[in-house]
Amino acid sequence: MDPLRQSPSRSSSRASSPRTLPCEMLGYVGIEAVLDQLKIKAMKMGFEFNIMVVGQSGLGKSTMVNTLFKSKMWKSTMPGLGVPTPQTLQLQSVTHVIEESGVKLKLTVTDTPGFGDQINNDKCWDPILGYINEQYEHYLQEEILITRQRHIPDTRVHCCVYFVPPTGHWLRPLDIEFLQRLCRTVNVVPVIARADSLTIEEREAFRHRIQENLKTHGIEVYPQKCFDEDINDKILNSKIRERIPFAVVGADREHIVNGRCVLGRKTKWGIIEVENMAHCEFPLLRDLLIRSHLQDLKDITHNVHYENYRIFRLNESHVLPRGPGWVNLAPAPASVPAPAGPQANPGPPKVGGWAKDNSDEEC
Amino acid sequence: MSSEVARHLLFQSHMATKTAHMSPQVFDNEEKQKKENTRSLAMSGHVGFESLPDQLVNRSIQQGFCFNILCVGETGIGKSTLIDTLFNTNFEDHESSHFYPHVRLKAQTYELQESNVRLKLTIVNTVGFGDQINKEESYQPIVDYIDAQFEAYLQEELKIKRSLFNYHDSRIHVCLYFISPTGHSLKTLDLLTMKSLDSKVNIIPVIAKADAISKTELQKFKIKLMSELASNGVQIYQFPTDDETIAKVNASMNGHLPFAVVGSMDEVKVGNKMVKARQYPWGIVQVENENHCDFVKLREMLICTNMEDLRDETHTRHYELYRRRKLEEMGLTDTGPENKPLSLQETYEAKRHEFYGERQRKEEEMKQLFVQRVKEKEAVLKEAERELQAKFEHLKRVHQEEKLRLEEKRRLLEEEIIAFSKKKATSEIYQSQPFMTPGGNVRKDKDRKNSSFM
Repeated sequence: MDPLRQSPSRSSSRASSPRTLPCEMLGYVGIEAVLDQLKIKAMKMGFEFNIMVVGQSGLGKSTMVNTLFKSKMWKSTMPGLGVPTPQTLQLQSVTHVIEESGVKLKLTVTDTPGFGDQINNDKCWDPILGYINEQYEHYLQEEILITRQRHIPDTRVHCCVYFVPPTGHWLRPLDIEFLQRLCRTVNVVPVIARADSLTIEEREAFRHRIQENLKTHGIEVYPQKCFDEDINDKILNSKIRERIPFAVVGADREHIVNGRCVLGRKTKWGIIEVENMAHCEFPLLRDLLIRSHLQDLKDITHNVHYENYRIFRLNESHVLPRGPGWVNLAPAPASVPAPAGPQANPGPPKVGGWAKDNSDEEC
Repeated sequence: MSSEVARHLLFQSHMATKTAHMSPQVFDNEEKQKKENTRSLAMSGHVGFESLPDQLVNRSIQQGFCFNILCVGETGIGKSTLIDTLFNTNFEDHESSHFYPHVRLKAQTYELQESNVRLKLTIVNTVGFGDQINKEESYQPIVDYIDAQFEAYLQEELKIKRSLFNYHDSRIHVCLYFISPTGHSLKTLDLLTMKSLDSKVNIIPVIAKADAISKTELQKFKIKLMSELASNGVQIYQFPTDDETIAKVNASMNGHLPFAVVGSMDEVKVGNKMVKARQYPWGIVQVENENHCDFVKLREMLICTNMEDLRDETHTRHYELYRRRKLEEMGLTDTGPENKPLSLQETYEAKRHEFYGERQRKEEEMKQLFVQRVKEKEAVLKEAERELQAKFEHLKRVHQEEKLRLEEKRRLLEEEIIAFSKKKATSEIYQSQPFMTPGGNVRKDKDRKNSSFM
């Protein structure tokens, strides 16, 4: 298993806990009321969720976001409306507060227009990596202040949805490069975009090929196998892993089908219903991201990815993953050996070279 | 979807896109833009994130809960019994002695489970509190213990490779301070102890063995206690009143502080039920009867309503205060000498620089010292060697002289031997000529000479 990632063994295996004696209570005490207290506190504070969508233009990213959250996060971009295609990759973030049944969710969606659109797409993942690391950096800076805030605002990217164009063949080199680099920093969920251009059989074949690709290149997408806690998690997550990447279709227009009002895309040969499992797997994506694994996404980001970043930072490494706007700290003193980070390494980044664990006396 | 809502949504999305396009694509302005972009958005359908609190709760159930109670009070005031009664179980049996020379703290951890909630409960008892004749050192061990737990958590948090989600949180979440039911006022020891603890832990004062006071006396006692605490500036824990669902209950409970409690695990038959009570010849004091004592209130407040808030306060207020003090003590600040915000990272590194420099210097010093010592030792050894050499020479000379003298003596001896043998030879020659010389006397003289010589 990747030595960098520690599996968050959250349940009974607490190494630092003292000897405990199990005790039987003779009657009702009221301890379970603490769950209600938790709920009240959570509802009062509200939740935060940050999602990033990455993919080439025209794959339906903005539409997908609108469909996921059933609101117009932003206008779906269409060419010819006076919006110039950006020449370089620029990230745009939009934050909204949405509320459902008293639960407030502060949602931040980061879009990446211009990804993979240039002729030479070398290092087009750098701004994205830079952005993600910058969020980690902000959080770290807040966390190591002496007088810190009661609740540190969480802008770290919890999930990155990667849109794979529906070629039907294999993952492209750009996809593989990007996924390799990103799956170590953030939770990545790949999806097959615009899946209405593939038949069901083509979809299955494509999916298998992609899964093979991912395995060959050692790319671990969310839900990662190494973080499965107990047998229930394993079963649940294996089912999900079988279906990754989901073949999704996004739509924000409503049409009437059989008397019902559904979200879908209307074509001459029929209406593709977004919420219909027989048509596309959008409900699976939505359930994964929102209904069942949202808290888990946040937990893994906080306990694993952020901690890895922190270890990397506090080990006095001054070579950081690139991106504009990075502040290089003062060079290390001569007595401390500078680690051989990935300088201008075009080859596939080796796991060991990414964050060498320097022997640290004060560790 | 009504056209109104549609128009509203469209308007909102238009605003959003406008600001999104207008936002400069530079990262440091992103934060500002984010703040301006945050607006409420109405959804057109059911998304499903109302399950979020449940997801959170499920994760907490998986992790389990941790709660640590510190009981401070004199020996025999009823701390263990009250805890037993609170959690409806028998934790520990034996009574502690009154003759400990110092105050110690004893911690015990128990695992309780109610339906699907697992609670790791740690009870810390003060042993020997208030027993000594000289009580000056009584509260220091308690303060030290609380600080030690904060310190342990801080150390874990500052580690480079840390595992906070795995960490068994031993910080004290609440301190139950037991006041003896004298009916008069707070003892000085109580005041001092509470004053030194109030900034480190949530204090809930309780009047122990409340069945020793009558109702009217109890009222007066409570009022006296609260006014004494207020006038001495002791900050006890106030139940939170910011959330509407529990604000009313908490506010009324705040008025009942300190709770007058009675603890008992013995069951007595009252009416047709067995209830926990203490039986006296003049009556039965029922623990769970609100008219008799405030036990139920304490249990409600401590466990059912405010456990989470107690943990939260400990983490966000008391722990942060400790952390801030500790870090400032270590000389780390948030702003550098030119009043620019200096990150902890940079001061951390600067300190590390300092330490390295210090260490280099010390190494140099030690090296010098070592070299010097070696030189000294060498000098001493050389001196010793020279001395030995001198002695050796001297002895040699002495021996030479001795040898010469002996040689001399030997030569003399040999000469004498030769002379003697010569004489012997000549005397023998003379003896072999007895007739030739008339000197019979001569012979006799010669014999005499020979015999005397031999």
